[in-house]
This record gives sequence, C-alpha cells and structure tokens, in this order.
Amino acid sequence: MPSGADLIRQIRSQITEVDPSEVHELISSGHNGYVLVDVREQHEFEQAHLPGAVHVPRGHLESRVEGAAPDKSSRVITYCASGQRSALAANTMLKELGYENVESMTGGITLWKDRGYEVEVPKTLSPDQRERYSRHLLIPEIGLEGQQKLLESKVLLLGAGGLGSPAALYLAAAGVGTLGLVDNDVVDLSNLQRQVAHSNDRIGMPKVDSAEIAIKEINPDVNVVKYQTRLDASNIMEVIEGYDVILDGADNFPIRYLLNDASVRLGIPVVSASILGFDGQLSVFKPYEGPCYRCLYPTPPPAELAPSCGANGVLGVLPGTMGLLQSTEVIKLIVGSGDPLIGRLLLYDALAASFTELKVRRDPQCPVCSRDPSELSDEEMGLFPDYEAFCAAAG
Amino acid sequence: MSTVKIPPVLRSSTGGEKEVSVDGGSVGDVLRSLASQHPATESQLFSESGELNRYVNVYVNDEDVRVLQGLETAVGPDDTLVILPAMAGGCR
Repeated sequence: MPSGADLIRQIRSQITEVDPSEVHELISSGHNGYVLVDVREQHEFEQAHLPGAVHVPRGHLESRVEGAAPDKSSRVITYCASGQRSALAANTMLKELGYENVESMTGGITLWKDRGYEVEVPKTLSPDQRERYSRHLLIPEIGLEGQQKLLESKVLLLGAGGLGSPAALYLAAAGVGTLGLVDNDVVDLSNLQRQVAHSNDRIGMPKVDSAEIAIKEINPDVNVVKYQTRLDASNIMEVIEGYDVILDGADNFPIRYLLNDASVRLGIPVVSASILGFDGQLSVFKPYEGPCYRCLYPTPPPAELAPSCGANGVLGVLPGTMGLLQSTEVIKLIVGSGDPLIGRLLLYDALAASFTELKVRRDPQCPVCSRDPSELSDEEMGLFPDYEAFCAAAG
Repeated sequence: MSTVKIPPVLRSSTGGEKEVSVDGGSVGDVLRSLASQHPATESQLFSESGELNRYVNVYVNDEDVRVLQGLETAVGPDDTLVILPAMAGGCR
C-alpha cells in the first residue's frame, strides 16, 4: 500500500494542475465560463477565499458539488490551502462524478496570497447572531445571505404610531441594521390602544425616543436614527436619502404625496398602508418598476371623504395587522424573495375577514413617474394638481 | 344585478350597506342607479358635469375602469364593482 503522501503525489501527477497566475488572470478578465470551488472547511472559507469562489467542503463534495457546478462539461477549478485536498477533490470529480474538465490550483490559497493576489473576506455572523437569527437561517428564502442583507439594510419608518409601532418591533427583531424613525408627536394615553411600541410609563415622551427604547429592548444591535420632526418639502430629500426601503405609515395626504414624489426622485421603494375603522389598504410602490402613489390616486379626496382615525376611530388590532403586512413586504424587498405587492392593492376588511386584490397600473400620464427623475424639481415636490383647493377644503 | 362594494366612507350614504345590488349594463349606468337608490352618494361619485370624480377609483372585478372604457365599461350581472376612495390614515 502506498503512504498517504505517495497517494497524493500519485494523484497530483494524474490530474491537471493550474498555476495561481492563470486563475488570477481568469478572475481579472471577468470571464465567467468556469466554476471556482473552495474545498476547505467552513472556518477556513470564512476567514478568506478567492473572489467568486463557491464553497463545497471536501467532506461534502459528492453530495453538494453538483449544486455548485451543475454542468459537468464546464471548466472547474478546485483549490484548498496548499493544493493537496483540491487535487484529491479534482480526482474524485473526474473519476467518480463524471466531470470532464477539472483542474486543481497549485499551492492553494497560501501561494495565492504569497503572490499578493486579492482575497475576499466574507462577512459572517457572530455566534450570538447565529443563535438570534437561527430561525431565519433555516429558511432558504432568507438564510445567511438574506440575513446579512437585513443586517446591512436601512429602513425608514414614516410615523412611529399605529403602523410604525409593530413594524419597528418586528423589523428590529428581524435584524434590520438601521431603523430611521420620523415622528414629531409625543406618546398619549389614547395611543396605547394600538401603538404597541409605546407604554404607560412613557406617556408624554417623544414617540421616537419611546420607540427607540422598545427597539433596543428587543434587539440592542439595531442602529436607531431619530428624526423628531414633521416631513416637509424642505427636509424630505435629506431625511430619506440613503434608505433602502421606506415604510409609509403617515396620517395625511400631503405627506403621502410629498413622500411619493421624493421617493420616485430618489428611486426608493415605499411600502404603503392606510387604515380606518375596520378597513386597511396596502401596496408597494417601487419607482419605475410599478405604479407610484399618484398613479393609484391622482387626486386626494375632499376632506369629508378622508376622515382621520382620530375623528372616526380604528380597531386597535388593525394597524398591527397592516403594519406587519407592510413589514413582511419590507423584508421581501430587502432579501429579494417572493412576489412583492408591486402593481397590486390589497384591501383588508377585518369585519368580514376578507382580502380583495385590485390591479394598479402605471399611469402613462402620471405627473411624477412618467418623467425622468432628473426632470423633477424641488419646487414640484408634494404639490397636488389642486393643492390650494385641497388645503382650503381641509381648513 | 351587479354587486357594488361600498367603501367605509360612503356607507353613511347607503344606510350602512356594505354591498348594494344594482341594475345597469355599464359602469356609468350602475353608478347612476346606485345614486338614484342612495341620493347621498351622487355628489361623492360624480362631479357637477356628470363625470366620475377623479378622487374616486372604480374597479370592475380587479381592473381599474380608467384602463378599461371608463364609465362606458360593460358590466355583467356577475361582475362586482369596487368603489375605492383614497385613505390616508396611519393613525397617530
């Protein structure tokens, strides 16, 4: 019987080996007709790997490599730390798995680094994060990649009230990296029937401060950015720029139109919901991929047809339901899973326990999203076609 | 008879009815029948010139009549019309 070292030497002489310089040239050229497979262990891959490499530990080669390299005639380059495990993996793939074109990189990542070539250092979760987000990691639609996207994401909550409260709690729990909170109100006793981010002992406290306490209690790692202000045309661009998704829980039309115009200009998707009584509406407005708020509602209704929850009341649970449907859409947009509610309006009738879905089309004459974002000026932000009439009617 | 779904803000104009059955071969006919059954809805649905108010969206089943033939859109007895005014409430 040959020794282990003899066996490796023998196999290396039978397979094709490729020098790191050739692999480096291949990666630099942007050419994509090959699969680069890192066959080392998980902890080695997590420390650093070659750019664009897929990870298939040698112990899982037979069961996983076909997922990483489904075309057995394509060029596959394996590597490890020094070129031994990758030679054995290449041999297995060629002789036992039917691959036709597998090469092992000489010297592995050690020689690669000695040559001064670039490596990727993947972002990984800490042991605490792995535990905290373990139920996310188990579902393939989120997994490690989706969780990392959530951790790097920035979500702005417009309003820390009925819709913003459940959203703040669940998005914080889900690991959204940065939560921006816009609200200039203070916590009132009458809010506590539904605004679950606030509490009895925080009555009188600014809602952004109260919500921050609730967020930090559930997940101290979330970065909270507070805007204790009311959005208007003078500050909206500055506030919303840089956010990945905006959750609209505003309580009036002028702000909804203003937010729409600014978000179309900046290309930021808005997950919008509104509630009254026992009824809720929900849609996702993703600029230029689907309709915008003005495509759906070109003109706001007169004040008598647009009562507020303060005047007409609302079932306390309803903003919870709608705020969490919004949060679900936010997460889907961030991780890129599922069918977001773009171009669709969902109506929820809590008394009937029924959902109705309506189609929302882009309006080719839309005063905002039918134009190029660069054509939209500061002066136009938030203007209604009949802004003065609306304000006069609203008193 | 087509079914018209009445939004919350218009229910005070229909005696609290959430759904009203109305005759009519087109969206315009159906809405005008609704307005004659429940006169308080008329000024909320139609402008003085008889056009559908721009702030009221009307759907035949799930499609906005603005992308169909507007008030002329044909309506069958099994169709459902949804009247939908914008809601702004986020509830502070």
